[in-house]
Amino acid sequence: MLIYWAFPTYGVGPFHFFPQWFYAALGIPYRLSEGMALHFFFMWLFVINGVLYIGYTVFSGEWRYLVPQSLSTFRDAWSVVLHDLRLKKDLPPQEKYNAAQQIAYTAIVVMGAGSIVTGLAIYKPAQLSWLATLLGGYETARMFHFTLTVLYLIFFALHVGQVIVAGWNNFRSMVTGWEVVNEEERTPAS
Amino acid sequence: MKKNVPRHLERTVSGEEARTTMRGKTRRSFLVGGIAAAGAFGAYEWITRAAPDNEVPWPQRRVLDFNGRLSEAYLSNKRLMTTYPPERAGGVKPNGNYGIEHPLDLDNWKLQVAIPGRAAMSLSMADLKQLPKTEMTTGFCCIEGWSGIAHWGGAQFSAFTKNLFGPGQAVPPYVYMATPDGEYYVGLDIKSALHPQTLLAYEQNGKPLEERRGAPLRLAIPVKYGIKNIKRIGLIQYTDKRPADYWADEGYDWFAGL
Repeated sequence: MLIYWAFPTYGVGPFHFFPQWFYAALGIPYRLSEGMALHFFFMWLFVINGVLYIGYTVFSGEWRYLVPQSLSTFRDAWSVVLHDLRLKKDLPPQEKYNAAQQIAYTAIVVMGAGSIVTGLAIYKPAQLSWLATLLGGYETARMFHFTLTVLYLIFFALHVGQVIVAGWNNFRSMVTGWEVVNEEERTPAS
Repeated sequence: MKKNVPRHLERTVSGEEARTTMRGKTRRSFLVGGIAAAGAFGAYEWITRAAPDNEVPWPQRRVLDFNGRLSEAYLSNKRLMTTYPPERAGGVKPNGNYGIEHPLDLDNWKLQVAIPGRAAMSLSMADLKQLPKTEMTTGFCCIEGWSGIAHWGGAQFSAFTKNLFGPGQAVPPYVYMATPDGEYYVGLDIKSALHPQTLLAYEQNGKPLEERRGAPLRLAIPVKYGIKNIKRIGLIQYTDKRPADYWADEGYDWFAGL
């Protein structure tokens, strides 16, 4: 946010991400250098974390639960969305993660990789000019990079919202890795 | 909820046992999670509140300098900033007038040059124009985020340096440049300064530099952010110690390379 302020026309086409009053309300103006120092510090944690996470999911085989295995995942994901919006009653069968989760958690990894690639292109547009060119030029790479970050904010808000809605048993399962399921409830399914 | 969980990950237990087991697991996991979160919060506090080094908490300054050294090591004379046909030039606005607020007597302007262990020199525009003139149309990036394309004409800093140092003479690792009043100043690593696209520019868009664009002589260094493209150069000093830099003193990255 500290970085977005310095160039208020960040956005997609004529649409700007944040209005001036928003920056003013959060005390953001004139703190670009602070934002950049934080950014180029935490970029390392972002990359290291991403590599460790992908490494873990690949070596543990967890990726099988996360990556959509067939096109029907998209149809199922739509059902999940309708269900969560209280427009549909039943959920399609699922394994560890439901179809919408699979798409979201796979997309976030792809987005993370996208952030790194577009970030490198705008971090070193001279020394990595081929990368910037590949992404459609400095301005286009910059647009993608700044848009991805806004999408993370949306992902974060939705994710936390969903955890709150899903309730305690789910939150406990996220932290402990174990979920309690009543036998009577699940027997008909198996 | 209906989930098909692999058999080996499942355990069927009595209600009482499930409650006890989960209570233990919950307590343990939340304790570990809590400690991890507290640790992360403590680390963040330290990273953002440590004693400042040029306006930046020192752990962050260390990382900025590390990034700078990495970028400098990777920098190559063969890798260039994107170039364009001259007619594409545009979108670069005069942004900041530090060190050029007051009018300058252009006719009596001289460029001071300082090299360690040598007497100070002063050069005129005529001296500079004896060096071969290079023109280029290159991308220009501001640290604020905006960008444009600029058409420059001037002498390559590498040619300028070659003229001052003989074949066997070592060139110091840094260059410092300042406006005649010393109000604005930049520090450069010698590798970026000697990059073929680094010009001592006296023309923009085929015309002598306008005053607000840095007349009579400015630096055009597309491998750096705009902040390093100092206007109205009065002094060029080769130096063995990393020189001060106006915006680095204000909390920005010293290297600021692209």
